[in-house]
Amino acid sequence: MQEAIQAAEFAEETTRFMPPREDVEAELLDDTSIWSSLKSMLKNNKLAALSLAVIVIVILMAVFAPIVAPYDPNFQDADNLRFAAPSMAHWLGCDELGRDVFSRLIYGARVSLVIGLVPTLIAMTIGTVMGLMSGYMGKKVDFIIMRFADIVLAFPSLLLAMVVMYTLGASLVNIFIALSIVKWAGTARIVRAQTLSLKEKEFVEAAKAVGVKKWIIMMRHILPNCIPNLIVLFSLNIPDSIMSESSLSFLGIGAVPPSTSWGLMVYRGKQYLFNYPWLTLAPGVAILILVLAFNFLGDGVRDALDPYLKD
Amino acid sequence: MSELQKNEELLKITDLKTHFFTHKGVVPAVDGVSIEIPRRQIVGVVGESGCGKSVTAMSVLQLISRPGKIVGGSIRLDGRELVGADINEIRSIRGNKVSVIFQEPMTSLNPVYTVGRQVSEAITAHQAVSQEEARQRVVDMFKAVGIPEAEKRYKSYPHQLSGGLRQRVMIGMAMACQPQLLIADEPTTALDVTIEAQILHLMKQLEHDFGTSIMLITHNLGVVAEVCDYVYVMYAGKIMEQAGIFDLFDHTAHPYTKGLLNSIPKPTAEKRRLYNIKGMVPNLLRLPKGCRFSPRCEYARPECFEHEPELYDAGNQHLVRCFLYKNGGGPA
Amino acid sequence: MTQALLEKNAENPAVKGDLLEVDHVVKEFKVSGGFRKSSAVVHAVSDVSFSIREGETLAMVGESGCGKSTMGRLILQLLELTSGTIRFEGRDLGELSGEELRHIRKKMQIIFQDPYASLNPRMNVFQIISEPLTTHRVYATQKETEERVRELMRIVGIRPEFINRYPHQFSGGQRQRIGIARALALNPKLVVCDEPVSALDVSIQAQILNLLHDLQKEMQLTYLFISHDLGVVRYISDRVCVMFLGKLCEIGQTEDIFKDPLHPYTQFLLAAVPKPDPHLRREKKALLKGEMPSPVNPPSGCRFHTRCPYATDRCIQEEPQMREVRGRRVACHNVECLTIQ
Repeated sequence: MQEAIQAAEFAEETTRFMPPREDVEAELLDDTSIWSSLKSMLKNNKLAALSLAVIVIVILMAVFAPIVAPYDPNFQDADNLRFAAPSMAHWLGCDELGRDVFSRLIYGARVSLVIGLVPTLIAMTIGTVMGLMSGYMGKKVDFIIMRFADIVLAFPSLLLAMVVMYTLGASLVNIFIALSIVKWAGTARIVRAQTLSLKEKEFVEAAKAVGVKKWIIMMRHILPNCIPNLIVLFSLNIPDSIMSESSLSFLGIGAVPPSTSWGLMVYRGKQYLFNYPWLTLAPGVAILILVLAFNFLGDGVRDALDPYLKD
Repeated sequence: MSELQKNEELLKITDLKTHFFTHKGVVPAVDGVSIEIPRRQIVGVVGESGCGKSVTAMSVLQLISRPGKIVGGSIRLDGRELVGADINEIRSIRGNKVSVIFQEPMTSLNPVYTVGRQVSEAITAHQAVSQEEARQRVVDMFKAVGIPEAEKRYKSYPHQLSGGLRQRVMIGMAMACQPQLLIADEPTTALDVTIEAQILHLMKQLEHDFGTSIMLITHNLGVVAEVCDYVYVMYAGKIMEQAGIFDLFDHTAHPYTKGLLNSIPKPTAEKRRLYNIKGMVPNLLRLPKGCRFSPRCEYARPECFEHEPELYDAGNQHLVRCFLYKNGGGPA
Repeated sequence: MTQALLEKNAENPAVKGDLLEVDHVVKEFKVSGGFRKSSAVVHAVSDVSFSIREGETLAMVGESGCGKSTMGRLILQLLELTSGTIRFEGRDLGELSGEELRHIRKKMQIIFQDPYASLNPRMNVFQIISEPLTTHRVYATQKETEERVRELMRIVGIRPEFINRYPHQFSGGQRQRIGIARALALNPKLVVCDEPVSALDVSIQAQILNLLHDLQKEMQLTYLFISHDLGVVRYISDRVCVMFLGKLCEIGQTEDIFKDPLHPYTQFLLAAVPKPDPHLRREKKALLKGEMPSPVNPPSGCRFHTRCPYATDRCIQEEPQMREVRGRRVACHNVECLTIQ
């Protein structure tokens, strides 16, 4: 500490009398902040702006489902409304129990969104930490983590999720756990690969030369530079989670009826596909739109955040 | 070859304008450039990064892609107009009459094919020759560009060759159809000095042996002094000075060229403080009014900030874009 | 040290004793070779010894793959030595504990070649320049740190208003200045400059060289200047060492080496530089034949013998040792017989 103070004093001594150098290069090449570049991305990239709007609308609808939904999603009128075709009263028709499909879609968005987002976030957090450690530490740590990842990746993921779900029982929290266990390995691989290339960069060497500690280098220099890829990965993983949840629901170990999710709706409607296509089409198109929206937005955000792509 | 053809320039670029239409605005990367390349000459185009020298070269081969566009001027090769020409006509010229070599030979070669195959493809694409004949010509060409064990190297993959050999392969590929014009875009920048010297020597030899004209694009005035016959100096999309090689170095006229020459640390003379041109290259989106170099120029006068100078004749094929030479005079 | 060297030092009062001593340093990298898994060894640096005196600029020149950048990283302890010792201010860096090493890192810094790869694109100028200061807790408060960062920006010629800007907003020259400010933040004694101007345009290159030159005087810095550009080296250095394939060929005063190169490789290197003067153009230029041999399998004896026109049988069999010739050290058997070109 004493020496640090001396160093600071020395710094002041030596530099106090130094004239400010002639400002030879006063012009900035580019003068945009992250926020303004995001804003201009949304302005120029109509698709990303539309995607953002779609995602916001879906989220709002899910949050305010009781207000937005025209009917109680579990209200059954099997006698009058069984397989009712879309009409002014029931925009997307009714299902085999006479429940309003549109209302169920809105309530189903709650489960689907949560299942799309939460396990993806958990899995990617675990995967990112594993990938960073594996890539940066190397040697034994790398070997152990990567062999673990190989095992997870070698297993059919749905089977693995089923094993977890059967062991723990069907519930929302257990779906999170099952999907997180299945999905972290992919993220870990990608983050590891990027860490390996980033750790050879000169700015990492500069930090080492200054004496910055390992985990600070990982957090400050490597992780932030992985973020553009993580955003894209995130937008690709969400649909995957939604689809996995549908499969689990279909096998009876996902969302528990009468509560519903989009995936469950697709699978239940599948048997009536030829006679009453709206039962499958409505949730199917909803999944498609949401998935595309996440992908387009993810691409746009990545491009806006990537300083190398600026010119 | 008739007398008339002999006198005509091989390549005549007149008032070429290549602009890039970005979302931030129009970037005039090449803004009214006229270059003439006579037969059997090595002509240098020098300038710093972003001055438009490479864009000029790419314009000759019509290799400008969106958002870039040639918006004006003419490029005549051997009397044929290239601007606005049919794409098939351009294709028949590329690699055949005009070839190009780039700075980084590794990225210009396909890593999954042998170098011999890639070069022989360059021949068969333009000329109706048999595989065997093409192969023989590749081996001969490899020998001509100084690749040792040419037969063996025919079967090598790009990653098996060193940087210098790769550049020789690239030159071999460019020369395979014996083009009239070779465009060399920073051909030695990625190479070590001893290898650079070999490649420059080879280029002079090619000009001598095959009569190929060479358009040499570089930032290195040392390279220019070593091989060129005539030089164009570019700055911010315009030609600032053009002169024969000895004139340019002995009677340097434009303040920018002088500054460039003075800021090179020379291995032949010790000096403790280098001259430096103040400021930086202007942003092409916000070009200064008047002469483009005026904000950085030591000799700038009021008119330099108001009007754009033309190329004034300083005699002996020496043209200077500077008001100091408006009446044939020199700097005060 | 010879009398000649001592006299030279007497002329420059800033040059004092040895700051850094590199003693028989060897660095080998193991590479696993593709399918066969046969691991080969790259001899990046082989038995190199030299020293840098306080206040001087020692230039290290050579072509790509000669081991000069590896040498710089070995000195900064960014790579581990295979064998040999490096002493900084008399202390063996290999024997320091982790905490002692962190401490000594403050006195040694590095400036990189590529102004694009050397700054973290996700950090702003303040975060980049302050990292050394916060890592070593030089200042107690954020405000003092910021004051110092602004001052460093002024010193290297970047407007302090740009403190919150990001690297991509600056030009190559400006970025290089930011990298220099980061290296100077802790008032180092030794700065390893790894090709600091070779990625820059000529006019910007001159600005950065002048800046480095001024900073050396003002802050009493010692430079190890790694470069392949002999013009730059002549301008900035007091002494030069020439490397070829992991070995030192020649080391001596800059003027001596440029006016009277002794080692054949140095001679060819100097002859090969294209000079900006068409009158010096020679039709029959002395060209060095061949390519750089592989560092995986370096030639026997003198590593230069495969390209050297003066090579004799002795050169093929016996490795030349460094020895004193005319006021400098050269590793060549035939120095005395060679006529100066």
